[in-house]
Amino acid sequence: MDWGSILNNTLQGLLTPTTLAFSLAALGLAMHFGFAGLLNFGIAGFMAIGGYGYAIAVLTFGLPWWAGMLFGIVGSIIFALILGIPTLRLRGDYLAIVTIASAEIIRLLFLTTAFTDVTGSADGLFGFNTRTDGSGFQNANPLPAGSYGAGPFTYNEQTLWVLIFGIIMLVVGVVLLWALMRSPWGRVIKGIREDEDAIRALGKNVFAYKMQALVIGGVYGAMGGIVYATFANVSPGVFVTSLTFFIWTSLLLGGAATILGPVIGSILFWTLQAFLTNVLSEVAISGILPVSTTQASTLRFVLVGVGLMLLVIYRPQGIFGDKRELTFVK
Amino acid sequence: MSNNASPQKSTDLHIGAAVPGCQKKDPILVADHIKKTFGGLTAVDVEHLEVPKNAITALIGPNGAGKTTLFNLLTGFDTPDTGTWSLMGNSLSGVPSFKVAKLGQVRTFQLTKALGLLTVLENMKLGAKDQKGENLLTALVPAIWRKQDKEIEVKALELLSRFKLDAKKDDFAASLSGGQRKLLEMARALMTDPVLVMLDEPMAGVNPALTQSLLDHVLDLKKQGMTVLFVEHDMHMVRHIADWVVVMAEGKIVAEGPPDTVMKEQAVIDAYLGSHQDTDLGEVTGRIKIIKDGGQA
Repeated sequence: MDWGSILNNTLQGLLTPTTLAFSLAALGLAMHFGFAGLLNFGIAGFMAIGGYGYAIAVLTFGLPWWAGMLFGIVGSIIFALILGIPTLRLRGDYLAIVTIASAEIIRLLFLTTAFTDVTGSADGLFGFNTRTDGSGFQNANPLPAGSYGAGPFTYNEQTLWVLIFGIIMLVVGVVLLWALMRSPWGRVIKGIREDEDAIRALGKNVFAYKMQALVIGGVYGAMGGIVYATFANVSPGVFVTSLTFFIWTSLLLGGAATILGPVIGSILFWTLQAFLTNVLSEVAISGILPVSTTQASTLRFVLVGVGLMLLVIYRPQGIFGDKRELTFVK
Repeated sequence: MSNNASPQKSTDLHIGAAVPGCQKKDPILVADHIKKTFGGLTAVDVEHLEVPKNAITALIGPNGAGKTTLFNLLTGFDTPDTGTWSLMGNSLSGVPSFKVAKLGQVRTFQLTKALGLLTVLENMKLGAKDQKGENLLTALVPAIWRKQDKEIEVKALELLSRFKLDAKKDDFAASLSGGQRKLLEMARALMTDPVLVMLDEPMAGVNPALTQSLLDHVLDLKKQGMTVLFVEHDMHMVRHIADWVVVMAEGKIVAEGPPDTVMKEQAVIDAYLGSHQDTDLGEVTGRIKIIKDGGQA
């Protein structure tokens, strides 16, 4: 077993565009579930709308990259409103059912061949980050071509530009969420998580607050999808239901009702994923485990599932959560 | 703090005979033709009800009489089939519950709703009305809301010390005992500066020692110029603090009057003992004795 390359690949997992994209989405889920108590199992749908919105705006409407991103965000706001108006008046578990279904509807709409011209169907969309007219995201890259960093953290100018953009978005996102949650607004949101009738009896418009929380979390999800789209193709195969559960795992790992928890949780999750991918395939090749390398790479998802279960049972508050704050124990 | 001397009762509240639906000299809440059916069951069918201002009104009646349903209807938590009602002249029909609370009519719940994973102080601060920082945009600029938040905190701490909860201010509300949660819920309701406080079974599940302090708090509300309407099964408490008693049975108001006289009315006795004709009124007095001994009926 080549421990050097395993270590190298694992360390790379610490800072990748994927980690940043999923951290943003996990922050959105923290807003939804951790703070407002909205059981959203459709975060992949919000990400899809962000990513596809950006790509479609650039490719079909010819918008510059920043306007394309705004288009994706506006799309997620509209999606949140459509989702929220009928469901937010219902009990929380209904929202879970509706969100998981609507995320699938979104994905199938992008997959269907009916809109191939716009969505690219199963192939997805690509080539929207570099545009011949110079309006693409990579065209705006101020970094000269070359290799940056050292060791496992070596990036070309394109990846580094994505990382810089992603980190800026993540930092802005963390600061905004922190500023919101320490304010009286955040207090109302947390109160709604605990008991919305009590908050209603104190004269707060619970529906409006829940809607605001749904929209804000949705925008974070969309930003996750957009950051993802700045370095990868968007395709229906990405925004699947299991993506939603990866983000849930990241969130619960870090702590649902915390600000930094989702970020650290995502980093740990994706680093662990990188580690498992490498270790399991090495183990399979060296014959320690009687499985093929393909089977070995699926095995990590089994382990993720087991990990999620253990986490929810034994440490529901996550790594950063307050010990007294057992979100699942009521 | 004990206030065992008989509290000052407000008298002479009504106009004419003390009959169901009688007029009050100075009503704060007036309700007409309130009807609510659940399928074939008529839960509430109140022809006319006036709640006197700056007095303590008790709403009593056997289980299933529709007391809590009437509470839910009056506070906008449920919508009646028919009916109109108004608070100090402002119509509340069809007004959503949060606006009812904003107008000064605040309620508590039969099953206490403490916000478990918020601290006691946060619970209290949530009660304050018109907070600048509760708007999504202004929330981002602490300069706008910090000063007001400090004032709210001072008021909350003052109320907490009055309710003997100040030592618990940084604890999660989930860690409080059942009785302390009742106190917290009442204190939190007071943060909204209400004019009409509606308490749904404030004494349910509270031990006798705490009952006494809760009673004092309810009497304090009247002293401070608020009006109280409460649902209660404990006749001892009703007799002790209520200025006016409204008796409900099977959704209707069957009797009204000052506590001493209304308890003697045949309709009230029927309502409470109707299904147990073989047990006499002694049962009721026996229950009072049990509570005095420190037990819970």
